[in-house]
Amino acid sequence: MPIKILIPTPLRAYTNKLDTVEVQAATVGDAISALTTQFSDLRKHLYNDEGRLRSFVNVYLNDEDIRFLQKDQTEVSDGDTISIVPSIAGGR
Amino acid sequence: MATKIGAAPQTPAPVSLSNEEILRYSRHLIMPEVGMEGQLKLKAAKVLLIGTGGLGAPLGLYLAAAGVGRLGLVDFDTVDVTNLQRQIMFGTSDVGRPKSVAATERLASLNPDIHIETYDTHLTSENALDLLRDYDVIVDGTDNFPTRYLVNDASVLLGKPNVYGSIFRFDGQVSVFGAPGGPCYRCVYPEPPPPGLVPSCAEGGVLGVLPGIVGCIQAMEVIKLILGIGDPLIGRLLLFDALGMKFRELKLRKNPDCPVCGTHPTVTKLIDYVQFCGIRGEEAPAQQTSVPDITPRDLKARLDRGDDLYILDVREPHEFQICNIGGHLIPLGDLPKRVSELDSSKEIVAHCRSGKRSTEAAEFLRKAGFRKILNLKGGILAWADEVDPSMPKY
Repeated sequence: MPIKILIPTPLRAYTNKLDTVEVQAATVGDAISALTTQFSDLRKHLYNDEGRLRSFVNVYLNDEDIRFLQKDQTEVSDGDTISIVPSIAGGR
Repeated sequence: MATKIGAAPQTPAPVSLSNEEILRYSRHLIMPEVGMEGQLKLKAAKVLLIGTGGLGAPLGLYLAAAGVGRLGLVDFDTVDVTNLQRQIMFGTSDVGRPKSVAATERLASLNPDIHIETYDTHLTSENALDLLRDYDVIVDGTDNFPTRYLVNDASVLLGKPNVYGSIFRFDGQVSVFGAPGGPCYRCVYPEPPPPGLVPSCAEGGVLGVLPGIVGCIQAMEVIKLILGIGDPLIGRLLLFDALGMKFRELKLRKNPDCPVCGTHPTVTKLIDYVQFCGIRGEEAPAQQTSVPDITPRDLKARLDRGDDLYILDVREPHEFQICNIGGHLIPLGDLPKRVSELDSSKEIVAHCRSGKRSTEAAEFLRKAGFRKILNLKGGILAWADEVDPSMPKY
């Protein structure tokens, strides 16, 4: 199923500047895997050395945080949007 | 969702407005959502702005103009000329002055009826609870992870709402944390990124209007909290994409396991946030390197002598356009795939803007087998200071 993944500005350096990437996947985990297979430099920015999603990067399926759904196992359906939202701190 | 939260001032509202104040706030007073009752709430309200920079500028201006009776301004910094592109509370004549003092003067001239408390200091784990305690609403307009976690934890410990805003290049995030029943910053982001993974504004740049927009949204949320009207951004993260000119909204949930606001908190007093964020100051310290440095003066002397040096500029093309010393441009990110363009038999001098990226580049080349590498100490900024004063700095 085609799923849209929205790439935040700080990570576009690793997706050839694309702000949206479309992948085929059945779960959120599959979708992120497909993304990091296509753009391998992105992987270390999303996952730590133990392969867990970094705690300053949140992943949302539509408007819900996947930590409060079934995490990586959350099923996706046609037309869903996944957002990767890292913490940013700028303000001055 | 809780829309009427306990942010209303704890002190009783003053009995009245003067005739001058009634005239000044007449566009508020004729709105039923504000009216006399609301304007008196604003006058009785106490709001602490942490940071008077890009976000703090519109916050300070609009909250002062709106008649928030007591505004606290916390900033340790002085006004720098590179601030003026976005920090619209300051004028050119303020360069070199303490921000909190310049901001106080600007806001007092905008609205002499309000009371402004000036704190020309760093917010620290030692002073945060005392500073925040007297205020009803806390506004986070800071620019670094340690202070953001500090502001969050102090707000949660004191039970004060924390109106949060942050920016990066063209992106903004806004939410209201620490309101009764709502999530806090740590519920959303339990830990900060490791140093060096996320560039700061100084490294990444920021379009000047962006903090203006995000700070204005924060100001609106502060006023809604004080008045007890509308739906504040509690449990919602507003994302702003200035390039696409899009607003999106994500749901945030209170994390029962949150270390500070969860059911069994492990953070019950303020901690060392610099250590928590893994850095010793505003910016990550320069990495230890085994590649030797060369000073701008020594480089100039060697070039004048006719030494055959390969100058490798690892900045971005748009930076090269601002100023350059005639080096060969290969941006740091492109170096791995363009390394074959370099001749390892030649002596290479790597440079960037201030020396941080070239240190990484030099270390990369050393690991790739290059042996004759030097790193220009202090980058092109130091070159401008020591060798060519006519060169623009950025």
